[in-house]
Parts: sequence; C-alpha cells; structure tokens
Amino acid sequence: MNEMIKRFGPGLGGFFLILVAVWIIGMVLAPNLMMLNFSLKPMLFPNDIGGPKDVYTVDNYTALFGDRVHRAIFLKTIWGSALVMVATLAITYPLAFWMAKVASMRGARAMLTILIIPFWINEVLRTLAWFIILSFNGPLNAFLLSTGLIDQPVRWQGDFGVLAGMVYAYILFMLFPIYNSISTLETAQLEAAKNLGASTWRIHWRIVIPHAKAGIATGCVFTFMLAAGSYVAPALLGSPGSRWFTEIIYNWFFEGGNWNRGAAYALVLLVLCMAVVMVTLKIFRVNLADVAK
Amino acid sequence: MSNIRPITPLDRLARALPKVLFAAYLALFIAYLFMPLIIMSAATFNASKFPTVTPWLGTTLGWFRELWNDAAMWKALWLSLGIGLAVVAFALPVGTAAALFLTSLNARARGIFYAVMVSPLLTPGVAIGIATLILWRQAGVAGGTFLIVMAQATFITAYVMLMVVARLQRFDRTQEEAALGLGASKWMIFRRVLLPFLKPALIAAGFIAFLQSFENYNTTLFVRGTDTPLTVYIATKVRTGLTPAVNALALILIALTLVTALVLELNRRRKER
Repeated sequence: MNEMIKRFGPGLGGFFLILVAVWIIGMVLAPNLMMLNFSLKPMLFPNDIGGPKDVYTVDNYTALFGDRVHRAIFLKTIWGSALVMVATLAITYPLAFWMAKVASMRGARAMLTILIIPFWINEVLRTLAWFIILSFNGPLNAFLLSTGLIDQPVRWQGDFGVLAGMVYAYILFMLFPIYNSISTLETAQLEAAKNLGASTWRIHWRIVIPHAKAGIATGCVFTFMLAAGSYVAPALLGSPGSRWFTEIIYNWFFEGGNWNRGAAYALVLLVLCMAVVMVTLKIFRVNLADVAK
Repeated sequence: MSNIRPITPLDRLARALPKVLFAAYLALFIAYLFMPLIIMSAATFNASKFPTVTPWLGTTLGWFRELWNDAAMWKALWLSLGIGLAVVAFALPVGTAAALFLTSLNARARGIFYAVMVSPLLTPGVAIGIATLILWRQAGVAGGTFLIVMAQATFITAYVMLMVVARLQRFDRTQEEAALGLGASKWMIFRRVLLPFLKPALIAAGFIAFLQSFENYNTTLFVRGTDTPLTVYIATKVRTGLTPAVNALALILIALTLVTALVLELNRRRKER
C-alpha cells in the first residue's frame, strides 16, 4: 500500500487504492458474505426482520438434500457437467496435439484462426443454432429420415440436447489451453521416445499428457464450471424432464419467491465449483496462476 | 528374413489408415463447429415462419425487414451497447489499478490478493448475479441496468486485471526512475511512461471487456429486473415466438464478429512483421 503511494503519489496512488477497495470489498467480498448471511436466514416478512423469528438456521441447505427431486437434479448436474468435460477432452485432445506438434506452422496458424471464429460468437446464438438443428421438424431429423437411419423423427430436446449444446458451447475452452501447453513441449523429446521404441500410446501417456497437465487441468476446470453454471443450454435445449440445477435456483428467485433458499442453492453451486477447481488443481499439481493464464 | 512378401495395396491402405482417419476427424470437427452456424444463417433466407432449412419454402430477404422494424430489438441493442460501454469505463481503470496494486505487493500478500481477484472468474455467473442482487436489495436498489453493470463488472474487471498484469511483467521500472531523476512529477511519469506502455494491453482488454459484457447472459439474467438487453431478448424470443428475424440478427452479429476478428488478426500479423 505504501508502495502504491510512493510510486504514484498520494493523489493518484490513493485513487488507485480506492478503486481496488471498491472492487474487492464492495463487489467481490461483500456480495458473497451477504449472500451467505442471507442463505442462513429463513424467509421472513419485512416486519419480522430483526424480530424473534430472525435467527440463523441451516434449513435452506438441508432442504436441498431433503427434497428428492432437487437432490436428483443437483446430482444430475454434477454428472452431466463431468460428462461434458470428459467428452470435450476426448474430442479435442487429438486436434490439440495435431495443431501443436504435427501440423506445419502455417497449417496450425490457419486452423487456429478458423477455430477462433465460433469462439467469438455469443453463447446464446450458438445455443440457438442447436435449437434450430435439434427441433422436431428440423434439419437433423430431416437428414436422418432421408438416409433411412430413423423412420420416426426423434425428440432430441431434453438431456441429450442440453449436453450436446454444452459440448458445442464449451469445446474451445478445452482445446485452447491444451493446445497452448502441448506447444511448449520439445519435439525432440517425442522423436527420442519414438527412436527408443516407445509406442504412440506410451509417448502420449508418459510424455505429452504429463507435460500438458496444466492445460488439461485448466480446460477441465473451465468446461466443468461453465457446464454446471450454464443456464442458456438447459433453458433452450432442455425439456420439462431435463431440468438443470441453475433452473431450480432461478425458480426460487423469480417463481418460487424464496430468495433465502435460492441463495443457499446458489452457494452450494458456488462451493461445488470451487471444490472442483481445488481438487483438479491438487490432482494435477497445478497452481492457480497457471489456470488464470 | 525369409518371409518377405511384396507390399500389397492392402498394406498401403493399412499404413495410410491413421492419416485418413485423422483427416476425417479433422473434417468432422470443422463441420461440427461450423455447420450449426451455417444452418442458422441460411435459415434467415427461408420463407418458412419457423427458422429451418428443411423444407425450403422459398428464398426471401423479408426477415431482415422484419428485424429492422422490430422496435424491441433496437431497444435491446442500444441497452446492450450502453451497458457494454459502462462496463468498459468501469473495468479498465479498476482492473489497471488492481494490476498495479498486485505488482506492488510482496509475494505472500500477492498470492492472497491474486486468489481473491481471480475468484470471480471461477465463480458461476449465476452466483455473481445473485450475490449482487442480494447486496443491493439491502440498499433498496432493485434489478435493472445499474445492477447489470455492477454484476458484469465484478468478473470482467478480473479479465482486465489479468491482461494488464501480463503486460506489466515486461515493464522496466528503471524507466520510471530515469524520468524521476530528470524531474518528472509522479503524475507525469504515469501519464507519459507507464500509460503508453500499457496502451496495447488496455486496448485489447477494453475490447474483450466489451465483448464479454455484450454477450453475457447468465449473470445478467438475475440482475436485469425488467430491463432486456440483447442476449435476454434473443433467449426470450426463442421461447415465446421464434421467427427467422432472430436468425437475421444472428447472421448480422456473426458477420460483425467475423469482420472484427479478421481486422484484429490482420493488425496483429502486421505488427509481428
């Protein structure tokens, strides 16, 4: 702090410190603490606030695990997000390796430019694209019917639609970190391993993957988090039978009218994501600064 | 070796197979990424009331006219642009200040503050929206444009901070000392030495910040009150009455994105030379 004042003078340095305080205290810490406080209180009428009924309780949390439907949706969200994570990892890893180590400089460059395009496009629009494709009378059903693979149109919307939309929306969050970390690997190492008789499988398992672990961890963390916290894909591509945890939270706020319970549910989601981040970083022995790159 | 046999076409095929498979995978991947966008764009020109390409009911440009005449769309667009600019105006100075603050700390304090500052990026967007909503309700402020800006800025500032930190790592502090030795004031040093050095990072960060704000949906949804920015407008349309006019909007946004990405890429390549 003194360092800031010393470097920029009391006026500018002080101004910078105030800006930082507004952000960290007013926008990061205070809202989260307030949400925590809120989630530990029962829902009350305004004139009961501060009265005898205004006590701390964990009811809002136990409600989540006591409610069979909500618990099932919560578990499904975790499972579905993990599925999205694994699917994107499996789909992108070969491409990332190819771009980083096999393709020519120009080929990789061109590929990168092409791939960045969908990355720039709005998530809502990308989901809309899948909404159109998967619709009952849409192009996918028309195509499959014309090839004779199916003889009845399939209702894709629901769990399948949600997961497909998510894989599509978050796939590049997996590809780019893995690509970045594989490109720092010395190609000579791969050649040496090959000359010494290592199989392709072994080269990947023992050299490429350990080297790329920071990128893989980053990709996994981001895809899981984005999937678990996603609202667009479930809302647009889901069906009444395929609700996502974020939709339950939304309902507590804008349909169920119990903000305290909604806050508790949101905190559970937040803690889940934080836990996944921490565990993944621990497993891959990566630190936070590598992820944030 | 006694069992040498001539190379048959089958052997050639076996040797070429991995390459063929990989080429197929590459082609499929690109098709997977772009087919949805192409189909969505193509549906704009279909006369069908519901956006699709099957069946094709005749080619039309009518959906652009319909979009142009949609007052709600214009309102949502202006709102999103305004929110984006407000978020940039907030996140650039605050993110820069945070980056400078971070680099002025000793290693231990830096680790703690760094974790706090990047935490909004590791928090689900819905939770950021909800926390902002709850905090401001205590102060009697309900959801609306102001809260959208506050909630979005919470995590977008972190992006700016990271980009400025990356640039600062290459900054040579002796420049500041030299300027000080030559009698420049501290404000002057910031204005004439540090700020010009940070300029490329700030331009890039401003651009990213605007884009992040413009396309945000999750956080916005919880703090919007009754205001409707563009992403919310589109998502609502999908559920309440989707026509290819929305595809026309998507097509325009995609085209704009492509042009911007192209300009940035060309700019970057020119600089590298």
